[in-house]
Amino acid sequence: MASRARPLTLAAPALAALLLALVAAPLAAVGWRGAGLSLGPADWAAVRFSVTQAILSAVFSTLLAIPVARALARRRFTGRTALITLMGAPFLLPAVVAVLGLLAVFGRSGLLNQLLIALGLPPISIYGLHGVVLAHIFLNLPLATRMILQAWLALPSERIRLAQSLGFGPGETFRHLERPMLREVLPGVALVILVICLTSFAVVITLGGGPSATTIELAIYQAVRFEFDLGKAAALAGVQLALGTGAALAAWFLTRPAGFGAGLDRELRLTAFGGWRLWGDAVALTAAGLFLALPLAAVLLRGVPGLADLPASVLPAAGRSILVALASALLTTTTALTLALAAARRSRPLIEAAATLPLATSGLVLGTGLFLLIQPLAPPTTLALPVTILVNVALSLPYLYRILLPETRALHEDYGRLADSLSLQGWPRLRWLVLPRLARPLGFGAGIAAALSMGDLGVIALFAGEHQATLPLVVSQLTGAYRMEAAASAALILVTLSFALFWAFDAGGRRAAA
Amino acid sequence: MQKHLLAAGLLTLALPAMAETPVLTVLTYDSFTSEWGPGPAVEKAFEETCACDLRFVPAGDGAALLARIQLEGAASDADVVLGLDTSLTGAASATQLFAPHGKNPALNLPVDYADPLFLPFDWGWFAFVYDKTKVTEPPKSFEALAASDLKIVIQDPRSSTPGLGLLLWVKAAYGDRAGEVWKALSDNIVTVTPGWSEAYGLFLEGEADMVLSYTTSPAYHLIAESDDSKAAALFDEGHYMQIEVAGKLAATDQPELADKFLDFTLTDAFQSALPQTNWMYPAVTPASGLPEGFDSFRPAKSLLMTPEEAQAARDPALAEWQAALAR
Repeated sequence: MASRARPLTLAAPALAALLLALVAAPLAAVGWRGAGLSLGPADWAAVRFSVTQAILSAVFSTLLAIPVARALARRRFTGRTALITLMGAPFLLPAVVAVLGLLAVFGRSGLLNQLLIALGLPPISIYGLHGVVLAHIFLNLPLATRMILQAWLALPSERIRLAQSLGFGPGETFRHLERPMLREVLPGVALVILVICLTSFAVVITLGGGPSATTIELAIYQAVRFEFDLGKAAALAGVQLALGTGAALAAWFLTRPAGFGAGLDRELRLTAFGGWRLWGDAVALTAAGLFLALPLAAVLLRGVPGLADLPASVLPAAGRSILVALASALLTTTTALTLALAAARRSRPLIEAAATLPLATSGLVLGTGLFLLIQPLAPPTTLALPVTILVNVALSLPYLYRILLPETRALHEDYGRLADSLSLQGWPRLRWLVLPRLARPLGFGAGIAAALSMGDLGVIALFAGEHQATLPLVVSQLTGAYRMEAAASAALILVTLSFALFWAFDAGGRRAAA
Repeated sequence: MQKHLLAAGLLTLALPAMAETPVLTVLTYDSFTSEWGPGPAVEKAFEETCACDLRFVPAGDGAALLARIQLEGAASDADVVLGLDTSLTGAASATQLFAPHGKNPALNLPVDYADPLFLPFDWGWFAFVYDKTKVTEPPKSFEALAASDLKIVIQDPRSSTPGLGLLLWVKAAYGDRAGEVWKALSDNIVTVTPGWSEAYGLFLEGEADMVLSYTTSPAYHLIAESDDSKAAALFDEGHYMQIEVAGKLAATDQPELADKFLDFTLTDAFQSALPQTNWMYPAVTPASGLPEGFDSFRPAKSLLMTPEEAQAARDPALAEWQAALAR
């Protein structure tokens, strides 16, 4: 048994260790340069607010995603594929662009308030904890929906047929099919969202409305930039990592394999119950569609006017961003698949930690630490793009791992013994079993990785030389120079390119799976 | 074989040429080096006179610059740092990484400013900018602003230099009463953003009536967009200033070239590139004068703390601000 799985058993722990080193070494480098690791009351207030908003955001995003994913799973309607594809978009928006899109709908002079005023009702304010949570739902609901939908679609048709022939109503279907499935997938979904929101920075500050809405990441910014207190920055980043680890452990304990067994892959959808449930699904889909589409439309409208006279540096920057995105997507997908296949055989805490912790690292501490580590060896600007790719791989890996793990587990349960008994190992096993069966999640995951890498800004800002800016950096430079219109257009190009990459991988995966 | 000979020949030709061109590395903020910033024009003009290769290394914004210099320490490749501001020079002096410039140029600044380590290259007044078509009676002081229903958006002093500037502005204008003023302002503040660009973006989207920016912001809209609807509210308390400075690093391997560049920053070639790229007042008014709109909003009184005062005031003022705005 052991001999058959050797290449994988060796590669996965090595990759996991490498990832953990990538998280820990920069943190250690920053901490080592600092003196003393003391946190004041203001820092703990930041920790409390970060945790509160992250838990609320994760709970609401995950719970609201369930009815949307179920409606998408059991209904067929015109525009269903378009809606599923749209689900990829908000997640890929740079935070500032997403905030401006949301404000066009929920802001002081946004659509909603104009409507309320026209109806003679008092206007509402988006600024505060509820605004932060709303923005995080906007950014993460689609991701949650896609991850849950993925699990719904993976229910074996034999089980659905059995349920149908036994005359299961909605209640029984939920109890015997949907609840075990949700039990397996929800903790992971909530975990990923919680950890993303924990490190969220621009959204929280901008929509928080005041200094009480403070996150750990802002405290880290302050410590590095104004106080140059690297010890404090490292301590705060350590707290953030510890919280991420705690969340990962909690999710790990809560996850229960559903154990549906293998099917013959016949296409069969769940019973589409009628009556009020049809209306319920219609409401869920319409509400989610509008909630996601309106801010996106605002982003589109803001970006179009400036497209004609964009500065010339946008083009090479876009090229660099695509290059970074493709390289990151390839590396992330390979790494995540290796880890998820290894973790599917048996529970592996090392892999679990390595595939979650990068999410909880502070971008600024990661960048600063890498800078400190690299500077004695080579001029940091010469390594700008490789470092950016490396960091993107680390930061997008957790998403892919969460997407792949339920699928690799099912694959191992259902086909592992058969493949082992046929001595299907190594490349042939990958070629004939793993890749065909995982094409759909792999395509989705690679799309996410590519798009995330397009939008990443955190680290390139520290390393970029004179002519090395990526597209997100150009967008931020444009907004810093009054050129909001050009920035909106460059952001539109960024979003379009991210979305195109995401769509290409996602659709490719779905086609290969079909 | 012949190819190798050719390569060797080219190499011998190229090497002396490379050795003769010294490189001056200038660490600056992103928007200075961008295509639409002053960087390209400045680089061209300096390289015409210096027989050197001027390289700009972008490093985020002003505060990121200081962190970067401290990260790199004496091992830095940079020779000159361009773009620190007066709320950071106190901390920058304390690093002992900078060398005295030894110059005493005549400057067109509304206040006396002389620092042995840092030379000003441009400056501006912080101000609340508004849309004349929406706000017809702009407030004339912080207290009038606090008493009004006007909504403002400001920057977080913990992550942004304009935010820190506003904190020092209120402190310089009101001293011990600063906390009280912030408390009165708290219901006017729509939100606090991480940086200048988010705040200005929110203002342009109509999320607030006024935004903390500069007295020269309306000139951008006037010149670049032919839009004269924006104005800066002039406050009777006076306006806090931001002076952007350049400094030579003590560990530079090109001290003469660095001195030459610092001299160059105050020449017409450098200064005339600033107003319409950085949208700040040049430290030495160029022969061609100031562009349209730069004289429209000139405060009668200028406020500025010394670097030591600013450094000492920061932490208590921050605590005051947090306490006053905590809801």
